[in-house]
Amino acid sequence: MNTFGKMILGSAFATLAMSTTALADTTLNALFMSQAAYSEEDIESMTAKFEEANPGVTVALEFVPYEALHDKIIAAAGAGDDGYDVVLFDVIWPAEFATRGFLQDVTDRIPADYTDKVFDGAWTTVEYDGKRYGMPWILDTKYLFYNTEMLEEAGISAPPKTWTELAEQARQIKDKGIVEYPLVWSWSQSEAMICDFTTLTAAYDGAFFKDGEPAFTTGGAKDAVTFMKATLDEGLTNPSSREYFEEDVRRVFSNGEAAFALNWTYMNALANDPEESKVAGKVKVAPAPGVKGKSTASSVNGSMGLGIPANSPHADEAWAYISFLTQQNVQDDYAKLSLPIWKASYSEPKVMEGQEDLIAAAKESIAVMYPRPLVPSYTEVSDILQKNIHQVLLGQASVDEALDAAANRVKRIR
Amino acid sequence: MLGRRQKREKWILLAPALAVLALITLIPLANTLWLSFTDTRISALPEPVHFIGLENYVYALTDPDFQDALFRTLYFTIVSVGLEGVLGVAVAVLLNQEFRGRTLLRALIILPWAVPTIVNAVAWRLIYHPDYGALNSLLFQLGIISDYRSWIGDPATAMNMVVLADVWKNFPLVAYVALAALQTVPEDLSKAAAIEGAGPWKRFCSITLPWIAGPLMVVMVLRTIEAFRVFDIIYVMTGGGPADSTKTASFYVYQEYFNYLRSGSGASYAVLVAGISAVLIVFYYSATKRQTAGGAA
Repeated sequence: MNTFGKMILGSAFATLAMSTTALADTTLNALFMSQAAYSEEDIESMTAKFEEANPGVTVALEFVPYEALHDKIIAAAGAGDDGYDVVLFDVIWPAEFATRGFLQDVTDRIPADYTDKVFDGAWTTVEYDGKRYGMPWILDTKYLFYNTEMLEEAGISAPPKTWTELAEQARQIKDKGIVEYPLVWSWSQSEAMICDFTTLTAAYDGAFFKDGEPAFTTGGAKDAVTFMKATLDEGLTNPSSREYFEEDVRRVFSNGEAAFALNWTYMNALANDPEESKVAGKVKVAPAPGVKGKSTASSVNGSMGLGIPANSPHADEAWAYISFLTQQNVQDDYAKLSLPIWKASYSEPKVMEGQEDLIAAAKESIAVMYPRPLVPSYTEVSDILQKNIHQVLLGQASVDEALDAAANRVKRIR
Repeated sequence: MLGRRQKREKWILLAPALAVLALITLIPLANTLWLSFTDTRISALPEPVHFIGLENYVYALTDPDFQDALFRTLYFTIVSVGLEGVLGVAVAVLLNQEFRGRTLLRALIILPWAVPTIVNAVAWRLIYHPDYGALNSLLFQLGIISDYRSWIGDPATAMNMVVLADVWKNFPLVAYVALAALQTVPEDLSKAAAIEGAGPWKRFCSITLPWIAGPLMVVMVLRTIEAFRVFDIIYVMTGGGPADSTKTASFYVYQEYFNYLRSGSGASYAVLVAGISAVLIVFYYSATKRQTAGGAA
C-alpha cells in the first residue's frame, strides 16, 4: 500500500478507536508520530493485542508528524485530565521535560533487571539527572544504505569504510554516468539535518560543547560541515537534499536516483519492498562510515521513548500499555521497521531473519551511538545550528562565519 | 442630541455586548501585556515569576534575526497585498462585463479562497516540488527553464513563491468585494464620460476606481492585518526555511511559546506584532477617511 493509502487507513482506524470509547472503562489517549520507525499499522496492531489482553482498557491513538510532536506534548500539558496518557518523546527532550515537570518519574516502575538487558544508548533516551522519565522503545540510528547494482557497475567491491572513501566511490559512480547525484541526505532546515551533522561530527571525533561552552566552531564539528559543503560543491550530493526530510531521501533512493543514502532503520524494509521501491533487492545496509585514525564507524543516537505526562489521571493503565509495547517479545515481532531495545533480541532468529546485514550493522552502530547535546535548551541550540549550517549549505556563509555566528547566538540563550 | 436618560439607556443596552467583548478581547489582551513584562515560563511545576520590566522587549528588538524577520514580514505584506489588490480589481472588472458563462466563472473564482490555508499550502508545496512538481514540468516543457530547479529550497526565490501561493488564495476576496462595489457604479456616469471623449483607462481611473475605493480600502485593511501576522501558510510550506529566509515575525511568537517555553518572552513578541499591525490599521483608517471625505462622492 502506498503512503497516502496508509494515511487514510490510519486516520480511519484512529476515528474507529475514538468512537468506541464510550464502551470502555478506561480510555488512554496516546500520541505517536507518523514518520520513520514503526508504521501506523504496526502500532495499531500492537495496540489491538494489548486491548485484547486488557479488557476494559481502550487506547485512542493519535499520529502527528515528528515536527509537531514536541509542541503537541507541551500544548497538552495544560489540558488537565483531557491531555495525553502516553506520549512518544525524542532522546533530545528529557532534559527539558524533566526540568519542567512534564513527564512522570517512572524510575521505580522499571524492574531492576532491565538495566543490564537493555542497551545503554536506549536508556540515554529516557534518563535525566539519574532518573528515568519513560521506557525506551525505538532504538534507532542512521545507517548507510547503498545500491549494490550501482556499486557493481562502477567496479566497487565493498561499501565505504570511511567518509573519504564514500566521497571517492561517489565520484567514480558520477564519473561513469551511472547516476547524476550519488548521495542523498535529509538536509532541510530541520532536526533531520542535525542528525546527519551529528553522525559526521561523531565520525570526525568532534564535540558540541566543552565545559559548557560551544565547541562546534573547531575540530570535528567544523570538519563535518566542511565535508557536507564539499560534497555539494562537487556535485556528489543531490542539491535538493537541502529541502529533503527522511521520507524524501527514501523516495529518491527507492527510485534509483542515488547510490548512497543516510537514513533510519525503517528504510531497510521499505527500500527492499517491491511495492514501495524500484530498487528492491538491490539495497544493502552498513554502519555509517568513520574517519581514518578517528573512528571506524559513526552513529547518532536517534532513539525515542514512551512516557506518561504529568497530568495523566490513568498512570497505572498507561504504564501497563507502555510495558506491553516495550517488552521483548512484542518488539521482536515487529522488528522490520524499528529494532528492539533488548540486547538478547539481536541473536533472536525471528529478528535476524531476512535482515542479517541490518542486524550486523546495528551491532556495530549501537556500540558507537553519539548523543546530541543533553541540555534543557536543546531545541534552541538545534534551531540555531540548523539555520547557520543551512546557510553554509546554501552558499550564503562560509563554514567559519556560520559556526562562529551560531556559537555567539548560543551564548545569548536565556 | 440624546438626553441624559437616553444616554443611560444606551449604556445599559450596550452593556451585555461590552461585557462579552471585554471577556474575549480585553482580558486576554491585558493578560498578554502583563506576561510580556515577566519571565514566565511554561511549566508543569510551580516556578517563581518575576517582573522584569522591558527586558523581553529589549531582547527582542536587539536581536538582529528578529529585525530581519520584521523586514521580511513587511516585504511579504506589501508585495502580497499589493498583488492581491491589483489582481482582485482586474478580475472584478472582467467579471463585471457581460459575457457567456459569467455566472459560472464568478462561482469558480471563489474556490481558492474557500480552500483551507493548510490544504492550499500543501498543494503549492507539491506544485513547487523540485523533482515532480507541476511548476518545473510546465516551465520545462515551455522551454523557459532548461533544468528542474528548487523553488522553495532556494533562499532567493522561496519568499516570492510563498507570496504567489498567498496571492492565489486571497485575491478572490478582494475580487468579490470589488465586484460588489462595481455593480453600484452608475452606468450613465461612464457613458457621459465616453461621450465627452474619455478613453476606457481614463474612465476607469477617474470614475470607477474612486467609486469603489471605500469598500476596496476595507478589504485591503483586512488583508494587511492578516498578512502581517502570517504564519500557517509559511509553517506548512517551508517551516521558515531555507536558512530562515521565510521566517516571519509571527514565527518568533510561536517559537518562544511552544519551542522554547518562554511565555513571557513570547508575549512580548506577540505584543510587538500586534502593535505594528495597529500602526498599519491607523494608517489605513486615516487614508480611508480622507478618501471618503473627498474622493468617491
